[in-house]
Amino acid sequence: MDETTRESPPSRRAFLSRSLTAGAGLAALGGTGTATAAAPAVAAAAAVDPPETLPVSLTVNGRRRTLRTDPRTSLLDALREDLGLTGPKKGCNQGACGACTVLLDGTRILSCITFAVMFEGAEITTVEGLADGDRLHPVQRAFVEHDGFQCGFCTSGQITSAVGLLAENPRPSTAEIKELMSGNLCRCAAYPNIVAAVESAAEGRS
Amino acid sequence: MRPFHYTRAGDVAEALRILSQDEGAALIAGGTDLVTLMRDGISGPSHLVDVNGLGLDEVRWLPGGGVRLGAMCRNAANDSRLRRAYPVLSEALRSGASPQIRNRASVGGNLLQQTRCTYFRLPEFACNRRNAGSGCSALQGDSHAQAIFGASSQCVAVHPSDFSVALQALDAVVLTEGTRGRRRIPVDQFFRLPGDTPQVTTELRRDELIVGVELPDSPFAARSHYVKFRERASYAFALVSAAVAVEVRSGTVRSARVALGGVAAKPWRSQAAEEALVGARLNEETIAAAGDAAARGAQPQRHNAYKVELVRRVVRQALSELG
Repeated sequence: MDETTRESPPSRRAFLSRSLTAGAGLAALGGTGTATAAAPAVAAAAAVDPPETLPVSLTVNGRRRTLRTDPRTSLLDALREDLGLTGPKKGCNQGACGACTVLLDGTRILSCITFAVMFEGAEITTVEGLADGDRLHPVQRAFVEHDGFQCGFCTSGQITSAVGLLAENPRPSTAEIKELMSGNLCRCAAYPNIVAAVESAAEGRS
Repeated sequence: MRPFHYTRAGDVAEALRILSQDEGAALIAGGTDLVTLMRDGISGPSHLVDVNGLGLDEVRWLPGGGVRLGAMCRNAANDSRLRRAYPVLSEALRSGASPQIRNRASVGGNLLQQTRCTYFRLPEFACNRRNAGSGCSALQGDSHAQAIFGASSQCVAVHPSDFSVALQALDAVVLTEGTRGRRRIPVDQFFRLPGDTPQVTTELRRDELIVGVELPDSPFAARSHYVKFRERASYAFALVSAAVAVEVRSGTVRSARVALGGVAAKPWRSQAAEEALVGARLNEETIAAAGDAAARGAQPQRHNAYKVELVRRVVRQALSELG
């Protein structure tokens, strides 16, 4: 029996994850090539040693976690790849879509445009940490009740962002909800139902 | 992304020591701009100095009047006294980016954020600001979002910050600390126009960092307002914005500030508009004159003549809404 047949069939996530890694590798090579040719500002700086990995300890969803990470690893990649928390999504990876929203000490931030190594001692909550066992968080329940999604890709970011919003502003008006959720894009345009869900969660709490 | 060494600075002195000893070092605060620049190969520091542990995050009211915002205050700064004393500042902050970004982005980083000029952010295009002497693709390319004031043949980019426009209208001072001591730099002098050295965007030296900004007590700050015009209702950079502040006594404007965003490489103060206001009654006619004065001298690029009229209207709207 050769090696391939001994392996169990790859799961969908493992397969996707490997394909994406290969793709990212190619993209990274392309990126470096371009930068060298056209951006001497980057290329001319002194060469640096291969990346060292650094330890970082943080609390994620109430659990103390320690990992060693390349300083270039975004908080999002550390959550998804190192800690297996795939709730926060990699949408644009440049701070434009909000799919990667997590809570830092209770306030919402974008995990894609920050480095994991900067979060020593921090408390991070992802969408996985919102429910109380099998009991959904009121905002999660409101999204289900109001059908606040279609494809669902942006939903974990929308829900986490809405939890952050209600912590900042427990009684937002409809106009305020629209403005304060504007950092979360939904390509299915489920916006009316998302606003209704946030409104209803706010009412339930007040 | 280019690999880098990472240091969590324990105090300002440590951050300054690394900056002065390592030419490849850069500071990181919120990282909301820098991380994307690094990922896109626009910026490649070999050493990142994390300043999130430095404190510097207080809003401190000064005994003689005025207030000091620490450089590490977040852009979500939501202080009710600040809102009352300097409405234009709170409005400008609230109009910037998204809540997630405001929760993370710092006051110092806001001032030092890079232009959103497409050609600056795409390494395949020539850009004198990114790579001195390489040329300016914006001159031949799409100039719809570029400057109409203070540009040069080397660079036509605009500064994207809303906060800085409010600071300009409030006569704010940037407080810096360096290996050679502390400096107080008026915000108007802090930002530089491109001229022949568009790669140098501020007065900040390599071995200096911003420790805060100071807003003086002023007779016009309490009656101030920010209007931002953009391509969608929220979460977009300004095409044109205006920060206005007016002191009216006995029906007459005694002092005024008009600053524009989205039109120059720095928050652009319009003294002509201020002069149109001072000594006059704040009525429709005066407001129209101030709008016209603000647009005078504009030098639009090929695709942004619309900004000239927009300046007139945004200034008029901001002054009219002052009440």
